[in-house]
Parts: sequence; C-alpha cells; structure tokens
Amino acid sequence: MAIELVKEKWSNAVATVVIGATKEEGGSRATVVKCAGEEGLPFLFAEGKIPNRPVIAMEIFDLEPDDWPESLKQAIGSEIKSPVDWALKCEKEFKADLICLRLSGAHPDAQNRPVDELAKTVKDVLRATGIPLIVLGCGEDKRDNEVLPQCSQAAKGERILIGEAAQENYKTLTASVLADGHSIIAQSPIDINIAKQLNILISDMALPLERIVINPTVGALGYGLEYAYSIMERARLAALCGDKMLAMPFICFVGLEAWRAKEAKALTEEFPAWGSQIERGIIWEALTATTFLQAGADILVMRHPKSAEIARRHIDELMVV
Amino acid sequence: MALSGLEIYKLLPKTNCRECGFPTCLAFALALAKKAVALEKCPSVSPAAKEALQAQSQPPIRLVLLGDDKNKIEIGNETAMFRHEEKFHHPAAIGFVIEDSLSNEEIKQRLDKINKLQFERVGQLLRTDLIAISQTNDAERFVEAVNLVSTLVNFGMVLISNDASALAIVLKSLAGRRPLIYAATDKNLAEFSRLAKEHNAPLAISFESMDSLSELTKKANQAGVPDVVIAVNTGRHNSQVIWELTQLRRQALKKANRSLGFPLITVASGLGSYDEVVKAGDYIAKYSGIILLEGFKEWAVLALLTLRQNIYTDPQKPLQIEAKLYPIGNTTEASPVLVTTNFSLTYYTVLGEVEASKVPSNILSVNTEGMSVLTAWAAEKFTPDKITEGLKKSGAEEKVKHRNLIIPGYVAVISGELEEKSGWKIIVGPKEAAGIPSFLKNLG
Repeated sequence: MAIELVKEKWSNAVATVVIGATKEEGGSRATVVKCAGEEGLPFLFAEGKIPNRPVIAMEIFDLEPDDWPESLKQAIGSEIKSPVDWALKCEKEFKADLICLRLSGAHPDAQNRPVDELAKTVKDVLRATGIPLIVLGCGEDKRDNEVLPQCSQAAKGERILIGEAAQENYKTLTASVLADGHSIIAQSPIDINIAKQLNILISDMALPLERIVINPTVGALGYGLEYAYSIMERARLAALCGDKMLAMPFICFVGLEAWRAKEAKALTEEFPAWGSQIERGIIWEALTATTFLQAGADILVMRHPKSAEIARRHIDELMVV
Repeated sequence: MALSGLEIYKLLPKTNCRECGFPTCLAFALALAKKAVALEKCPSVSPAAKEALQAQSQPPIRLVLLGDDKNKIEIGNETAMFRHEEKFHHPAAIGFVIEDSLSNEEIKQRLDKINKLQFERVGQLLRTDLIAISQTNDAERFVEAVNLVSTLVNFGMVLISNDASALAIVLKSLAGRRPLIYAATDKNLAEFSRLAKEHNAPLAISFESMDSLSELTKKANQAGVPDVVIAVNTGRHNSQVIWELTQLRRQALKKANRSLGFPLITVASGLGSYDEVVKAGDYIAKYSGIILLEGFKEWAVLALLTLRQNIYTDPQKPLQIEAKLYPIGNTTEASPVLVTTNFSLTYYTVLGEVEASKVPSNILSVNTEGMSVLTAWAAEKFTPDKITEGLKKSGAEEKVKHRNLIIPGYVAVISGELEEKSGWKIIVGPKEAAGIPSFLKNLG
C-alpha cells in the first residue's frame, strides 16, 4: 500500500525583506539581498516555496574589537584595524552576502566617537563596498538615539537594515527608518510575546511589515541555544498559521554569542581534552549557525571567515531541491 | 493517535465492579488514557477491547534497547515534532564508525582516544555511546575486529555488514550485548531477520522508498523481530535527508503508522571534516535516534555532545541545582561570597571561573526557579528579598566572618536596596563570568 505523505498546509508566508538598493533604485549597491519569503518550515521544499536562501552577513566594527580571542583576530588579518578595509575583505575574500557594521566606538565607555565621524564611517563603508549593509548601534539607548538617526540619514536611499529597536526604545529609530527608506531590526529577549508586541508597536508607526526583521536574541551552542531555537520554532509556526505580526525574517547574531563561549575562546593548553582551539572556535560558531538554520534563521551574522564558509557551504547543500 | 478517556470507556465492560481499584469504569478509563494504570487491572475486559487498547498503549515510536545491562542505550519512544510541545525523551546515541581494514594496533589507538572523549558540562557527564565496526573484507577479519573491540570497550555496538555468515559468528560471541545489525535490505531481509530473532538483536533496515520500507518493517515484525531501526540514506543532498527524517517522524506521530514507528539511524560521512559535524548537527536536531560519525576529533565531539544536551533538555524544566551555599576550594571564614542563581548553566559557568581563579570562595545559589540572572531579575525572582532570604537560609552568616557580598554586574541596580535589606556590604562584580578570575584576584 502506498504511504500517503504528511504534508502541512500553511496559510501564510514569511514577509520578504529587501536589503540594499541599486543605482536604478536610488542607492549604489551592486547587489541586493532578498531575504526570507518562505511559505513553509526550513528546507521542507515539498510543502511550500522557499524563494530565497538564508544569507550570511559578516560583522565588522568601527574600532578594532578588544575582547576577541587572538585566533579570531588573526583570521581577519590586519584589516581589522580599519572598517573600510575589513568590509572590503569580507566582500571580496570572505564572500559575505552583506556587511554588518557595529558602531561599538559610539559607546560612552569606549571612545564616545562624535556622531558625524560615525556617520562618515557608514558612508565610507558604503562607498568602498557593493553589497548591502546592516548598521548596529553600540547598545546604549541614549547614545544610539543620537547616533543612529544621523547614520540612517547618511545612508538614505541605500535601503540598509538598521538596529536595534527594543520594546522600551523603538520610536526614534522607527521614525528615522521610515524617513530614510530603510528596514529595522526589532530585538526581543527570547520572548515570543514581546517580539510580537514590538512588531505591532513599530507597525503602528506606519512602518510596513516587510521592513521589519526579528532578532529573537539567540544563545550560543551550550549557552541557551535551545531556548532561542524553540522560540524561533514557535514564532515561525505561528507565522505560517497566519500571524502576520510574527511573519518576519529572523536575524541571528551567532558570531556575537558563539565567541563569548568558553569553548570557543579557551586556549588548547587550558583544556587539552577539548582539542585544538582554532578548530573548536570555528565549529562552535558554525554549528551554532547551522542549528539555527533548522529553526528558521534567515540572516546569520557571523565573525570567523571559516565558520561563515562552512555555513555557506551547508546552505548550498540544503537549498538543493 | 492516542485514544481519549471517553473512547477507552466505550471499550470497557461498564460494570463499575471496582476490581481495578477505581470507583467507576470511567475513572479507570481516564487513568488508562493518562497511562497511569495497566489494562490488566480490569478482570472482565473483552479480547476485542484488549487488542484495541493494547495497540493504543504502545508508543507511536518504538523504544529500542541496545547494549547490555551495564551500558543500556534507549532510543525512540518520542512523542513530539517540536520540543516546545513536549521534551525529546531519549537523547540520540552518538557513535563512531571503525573499519575492520585498520590494523589491530590502529583500532586500539582509536578506541583509546574515543574512550577519553568524555566531558563534564553543566553537572552532566557527556559521552558517546556506540562503536560501529564496518566489514570491508572477509568474514575472518571482521570477526577478529569485532572481538577485539568488544573485549576492549563496553560501548554499545553496531555491526555494519551484509555478510550473514560473518554476522552469525559475531552475534554468537556478543550474546547479551544487543548489538544493532546494520542493515537489512529487501534482498536479505528474511535471512537478517532470522539472525536478529535468534540473537535477540535489534535490526536496522535500509530502503529505497517509504512504501517498500513499510513492507520491510512489517515482514521483520512478522518474522519475530520487534526492534527495528530505520536506516536513512544520508548519501544524498541534505534537504532530502531532512525531508525524510521529518516525514518518518510525522508518519509515526501524526498518522500513527506503526510500520514506520521506529527510531532512525543516520551516518554523517565526511571523515571528520567540519561539514560532517554540521550535518550531524542537523540529524541531532531533526529526529535521528542514532548518529554515526567517521571523525573522532575532540572539538567535534564536544560540540555535538553539547548540541545533543541542548536539544534534549526539557524545555518545561530548565536544569537547576539545589539552592544553597557551595564552598569552592579550601574556604575559610574570610573567603569571599558570590551570589548567583540556581540555573545550572549560570551556576556552572560561575563555578568554572571561580575554580579557575584559584581563590577559595563561596558561591551562594539562590532559588530563582532555574532562571538566569537577568531573566530572574526581570521576573522578580532575583530580588533583594530573595537574596536576603538565601543568605539567611544557607547559613552564610555563620560560615564567614565578613559581611561582603559580590553580586553579578548586570544587577548592579539592586545594590542599595539589597544592602539595606540584608545588612551586607554589596560589591558589584563583573557582568560576565569570564571576568571573575581577575576580579577575585584583585579583591585584596
């Protein structure tokens, strides 16, 4: 007797978010990234169209990061000292789909860099590269509310993705994103209700749903990965069942989380039983990333070029129908 | 699908005889639906009802046992597609493929390395479960290699061979260890089923299509082999593998298809490459009950065992430790006291760093119901009141003479109120546990 396959029928698709604008569209990007738009669960092609592959953004900083392990810094090379050189290397050599520029130098505890200087860094990176851009603040609300509107304006027309908006601080950034034609990252602390609530608040300010990306706040392998994994599965199931306020792409900051893990950072001599640090760090970030792909990640923000390469190759294989 | 209490009630005698210990047949039916009682308690159940109820009382995915009594490995008996619906019950067994073409010396060296692949994480010992010996040549060498492995280690075993006569020999010598026979095909099913039955061993079955698989498992069952494991072909594109793993789980859970209700086994080939590891990661996340690896590098195994631990953690019950004062090292009455939550991950992260600092210290774990520092603070489970209560209950005030309490940097805002409530002087520690060693060393 023939087995009847169990195929889920979904009533809704994830929104498609476009990042980057070409010259014809008013920007200057050579490529544009179309993100998400899937009609079913990850890589189950028999149940719904998956029009766009998950993409990899490589994360760069405006200041050389001071808390990265040597193995990670060395993998980037001397370009780590200049955001423009670093961005170029990510585009040309590391084959990133997007650049994710984190303005860590804006933080009052770092250099508290002046706003116009930060906006210039954004412009410089845009000028030097042809791939779409993500811009992140320093995480200090007051300062980000000063800095990000200027950066948003500096990138006007380029359709960047900019973040992060949170439940207590979304209005300033949403207004900027609306005015300058960008998209926004809505961050929620591993909480499906807050994620939804924030999307409602942002869309109430008239930002279209296809200009919002959810950051569910992931944890690294071994450090709470399973919480975000299940929150993402739940949110995606709700989205596919018709909840438009959760039907946005997921952005996962896997590099940020994985490289905080002791297993990624500890030297071989400290824990000889854990094997070589170089490979251990690389796999920690790569496996964190690929596991979130199975929960519906659409944009992976990564740090180590080798980890990004492993994830890209894995996506290549997963996207073969 | 499981029957409801009312559906079960219809099949019972409805005499309310109370022989089962319940006041009514309905109460007994409700208990049966919850699997809280065995059907045998009912003295007058009809044979037809018995059959219907026994079928429903079987788990949708059969629980299969491998290994001997000392090293029992249970796989299967899963009940959910997503872990937020219900926890995944039986952590995937992870093992290594060893080819019999290696010399005895090489096999010994490899087993030696594999034996050392044990890691303690969050208070649990993580280790691998299986050794799979693969026949590449004649029966004689295969038998020799299997015997060598079985005498050297007490792992569960998988016998990868299509040579029935070689299998017959090794199965005899492995009596009681329940090795998995890998794998029967439509060509040799009858012969392999006979071996599995005779030696009371579980049987993996490989297949071309799901239709044929369903026939094969039925035949194996009819031949007296109840313990089947489905061998999913991983030599294809990953999306196809994931589709099949998902589909098989759905057939068992959503359609109650008994002929497909068995645990799944996958082989992540790739000779220890990064690609092998991430593929194996997908198989762990997506329902594979056994995953065999070719590589055995420490970093790869650590990563995969950690992923398995994450995926198989009960989402309703975060890993917690007992809330109390933990002295670390040779503490004295002058040793520092650091407070944190009772979420295992948080506690063990702090513990690791306190140990690394080599400064004897006390860690006070406060009952936050398994929440991490910031989550617990936001949910009002890590408040000045709770911490004060923890200090009192734990006996910290007798244990040390000083009254200095180190709190996580992320909750610096509670310092004032906590100082007032507890009477202890509050010292704000680092935000991240990684900052603890240098913090403790500079405490003076």
